[in-house]
Amino acid sequence: MTTTTTPTTATLVTRGARQRGQARSRRRVEPIYYWFLVPTLILFTLAITVPAVIGIFFSFTNSIGLGEWQFIGLTNYIALFSDPLIVQSYLFTFGFSLVTVIAVNIIALLLAVALTSRIRLKTPLRTIFVIPMVISAIIISFVFKFLFSNSLPAFGTISGIAWLQESILANPDWAWLAIVIVTAWQAIPGALLIYIAGILSIPGDVYEAADLDGASKFQQLMRITVPLMLGYIVINVILGFKGFLNAYDVIKGLTGGGPGTSTFSIAMTVVSGLTTGDYAYQMANATVFFVITVLIAILQLSITRGRNAL
Amino acid sequence: MSVQPALVVTSIEATEVLEGVAPKPAKGRFSMERVNWSGTIILILCAVTILLPLYVTVTMAFKTSEQAVDGNAFSLPAPFSVEGFVAAWNLTNFPMGAAMSLLVTAGTVVATIFLSAFASFAIVRNWDHKLFRYSFFYLLAAMFIPFPVVALPQVQMTGLVGLANPFGVIILATMFQLSFSVLLFTAFLRSIPFELEESARIDGASTWQTFWHMIFPLLAPMSATIGIFAFLYAWNDFMMPSLIIADPALQTLPVLNSLFQSQFSNNYNVSFASYLMAMAPAIIVYLFTQRWVMEGVTQGAVKG
Repeated sequence: MTTTTTPTTATLVTRGARQRGQARSRRRVEPIYYWFLVPTLILFTLAITVPAVIGIFFSFTNSIGLGEWQFIGLTNYIALFSDPLIVQSYLFTFGFSLVTVIAVNIIALLLAVALTSRIRLKTPLRTIFVIPMVISAIIISFVFKFLFSNSLPAFGTISGIAWLQESILANPDWAWLAIVIVTAWQAIPGALLIYIAGILSIPGDVYEAADLDGASKFQQLMRITVPLMLGYIVINVILGFKGFLNAYDVIKGLTGGGPGTSTFSIAMTVVSGLTTGDYAYQMANATVFFVITVLIAILQLSITRGRNAL
Repeated sequence: MSVQPALVVTSIEATEVLEGVAPKPAKGRFSMERVNWSGTIILILCAVTILLPLYVTVTMAFKTSEQAVDGNAFSLPAPFSVEGFVAAWNLTNFPMGAAMSLLVTAGTVVATIFLSAFASFAIVRNWDHKLFRYSFFYLLAAMFIPFPVVALPQVQMTGLVGLANPFGVIILATMFQLSFSVLLFTAFLRSIPFELEESARIDGASTWQTFWHMIFPLLAPMSATIGIFAFLYAWNDFMMPSLIIADPALQTLPVLNSLFQSQFSNNYNVSFASYLMAMAPAIIVYLFTQRWVMEGVTQGAVKG
């Protein structure tokens, strides 16, 4: 394109800033704008684009991360689909994300309704409800790990509830529940704040009219709040789901992927390529994961674009 | 542009979230309506589930080793002891870990604010120019690349170029924050009337002077939001530093706490003291910047 050719510094200096309007009409760009943008573009390309391309490239090879390698075509991709650990990690991650996103959004929506009603202690409650968002995921997971493996079983022993006496984290069938609880504990504040903004954008006279017509609070929630907030709900569900698919820190802190491999997430299998020598293989895994992320992003864009301003 | 429609609503509502503290006239319920006591009580119970893990963290941290293993996590410390803090301080070499966390966090916050403000200014002022317009979408596309997807090549590359250290984390964390920050900054910059800038230029200000003395100060609220997000991300993240930083001595606090899991063993007072020291700074910063955090989340609703 001809318009991007940089004008020489000399011409710009003589022209000076006063004639910027004229410069604009000629579609010439002051060099300083390139200095503002281009270094960042280069850094961004080196830090994200290049690794992404390298990763996709090596997913078609048999590289172990160093030394020689050969192209092996789609072998890695074919192997992925018959690898029980990979299949399990995808099933686990998607199942976990689905359960978490449902739990988070129902709880956050109800909390938002309650927090915007005529309650006492509104300010301190709101302050408290946002705290989980600012705590390190892995650190709070360590705290919960202690509660799940020490305090809950101790409570089970005292109260005589048999199924509580064994740590939930040691149970391959139920360890996922602990991960859902801690992830939801952390994710609810973000969804909550967006829902509060949504509820406050609903004009109050809608509720006044409903009150006059004798609608109960529950009917108002289901017939007014939820339909009017649909845009916010869609955004929260998609963003939440996309985020939960990257689950790593909480699982590392709570179960480390165990017991066995029952709570291994996609991110954890990808990263395992660093230590196991499955470099190219896990890059194929990451590429598949990337494609899924892009598909979800396209879904998100098409929905938000369709709704125009939520 | 179609990518950012959700931003349109948010700036108005974000302020409402904060002002919603008083009984809302906008909510418009009858002014005579009585206080929702059942709702208040349920919310207080929910707040307890949030405070309980934090309460346990604080009380456990101040217990003696003997009391910490007695199986009762909810008792108050008796006697009150700081031996856990002393032990954790020495065991994890806390000053070093805190310095690294601080370095990574400060570096990420400053780099994110400046690089994205510069880039956004250049993009918005040259939107008619293809390079700048395409750059916007190019930077935005990174929203769709989560760290796990590019983690393996990034670990290798940072190792090859000598960035397997906190500086590598600063660069990568900044680049991952860039899309979101550029999106917020450009939306904000478009709302600043160009006439304002024009008048400065008529007075003879250069582009740099206009940016530095006029535009950048105007961006302050947005910079605060972006800075807080970068702070929370960089201070709390575990995955990236644990993979990128090769030398355990240069690790950040979240990673240190995970590295010392086995050494904490059953010294719960030591481990909880260590957890408390790692999470307290973020909570304190939050308590002082609540307004910006809440506003930022609402504005960032479109973040990928």
